[in-house]
Amino acid sequence: MKPYNRPISASWWLSKSSYLLFMLRELTSIFVWAFLIYYLVQLSHLAKGTEKYTAFLERHASFGWILFAVLALVAALYHSITWFNLTPKVLVVRKGEEKIPPALIAGPHYAAWLAISAVIAWIVLRS
Amino acid sequence: MAERSITLEVFRYRPDKEQEPTFQSYTVPYREDWVVLDALNYLKDQVDGSLSYRWSCRMGVCGSCGMMVNGTPRLTCAAFLKDYYPGPVRVEPLANFPVERDLIVNLDDFMQKLKSVKPWIVRDQEQPISEGEYRQSPAELANYKQFSMCINCMLCYAACPVYGLEPEFLGPAAIALAHRYNLDSRDQGQSLRKDVVFGHEAIWQCTFVSECSVVCPKDVDPAGAIQQEKVAGALDLVKSVLMPWGSR
Repeated sequence: MKPYNRPISASWWLSKSSYLLFMLRELTSIFVWAFLIYYLVQLSHLAKGTEKYTAFLERHASFGWILFAVLALVAALYHSITWFNLTPKVLVVRKGEEKIPPALIAGPHYAAWLAISAVIAWIVLRS
Repeated sequence: MAERSITLEVFRYRPDKEQEPTFQSYTVPYREDWVVLDALNYLKDQVDGSLSYRWSCRMGVCGSCGMMVNGTPRLTCAAFLKDYYPGPVRVEPLANFPVERDLIVNLDDFMQKLKSVKPWIVRDQEQPISEGEYRQSPAELANYKQFSMCINCMLCYAACPVYGLEPEFLGPAAIALAHRYNLDSRDQGQSLRKDVVFGHEAIWQCTFVSECSVVCPKDVDPAGAIQQEKVAGALDLVKSVLMPWGSR
């Protein structure tokens, strides 16, 4: 007799909050991708000179573009934070029989992130 | 005081009688110290002897009684009715597996996958018994012990959406067991496992949903094992590019 194969619903990811949060993490890549494209276009305008770049900035000062930038920032933060929180599962360091605490793995990642962000902020904002 | 009761909505599939599964509702006495498996055993003994399901030890060791309880993979011997009271409690066969009958799933796919990762200690050459046992320090034991606690209950496969959508995926328990032997200081079989474990249908299919580790009743952390094998796989790839003469 033939075993019965249960179909998987297209909305399987809505059946559990953990699946939904996973899908949100996957979706953040769309925002990161879109922002990178935007950023490359922005750089190409910068290469064309001050006038073109200023015009580009003025064209993108509307509410919609600012909302896009905010959403991209939120998505990038969500992706980064959930990823750093998972690093202790990937990187297991042992001292004798004991694992070193997860915070000692995730902590340096956050510290490096903050330090690099601070350096970039200093470079960008010093002028 | 009238005896309290709770309703169980049980998945029924009798391939000799019906083409499609149905749900059958049963009312069973509610007892605080009963688990879902006790309620199923009550049904089988007192109400409907045709109900089919697997179980054995009743103490979370054998791994036989895994089912979906209200949509979550659980060992039914460890799922207390009081956590679902006043109910109803929906009991279904483990998700992502073909159903043979009622609550019984077909595990052939997993059994083949498990065998493919050679989940035993592989030696290049066995040392003679006269030389004694393969010795191991407590630290070496601790290195893999967590991953050796797997009871093959299949809850991780039922929780994994990747396995549900891509049935060729090697899956959490098989990779966790491969990892367990790869980490064992007595084992020398990593190179024999890598074609399967580092292959396209294995570690790289995993998208790190992590639900396998959430539902594992033995805290094996298969999601962690898979990511750690990804690191090993990536290092192996780099080595094979930089030192092609030494990779095999």
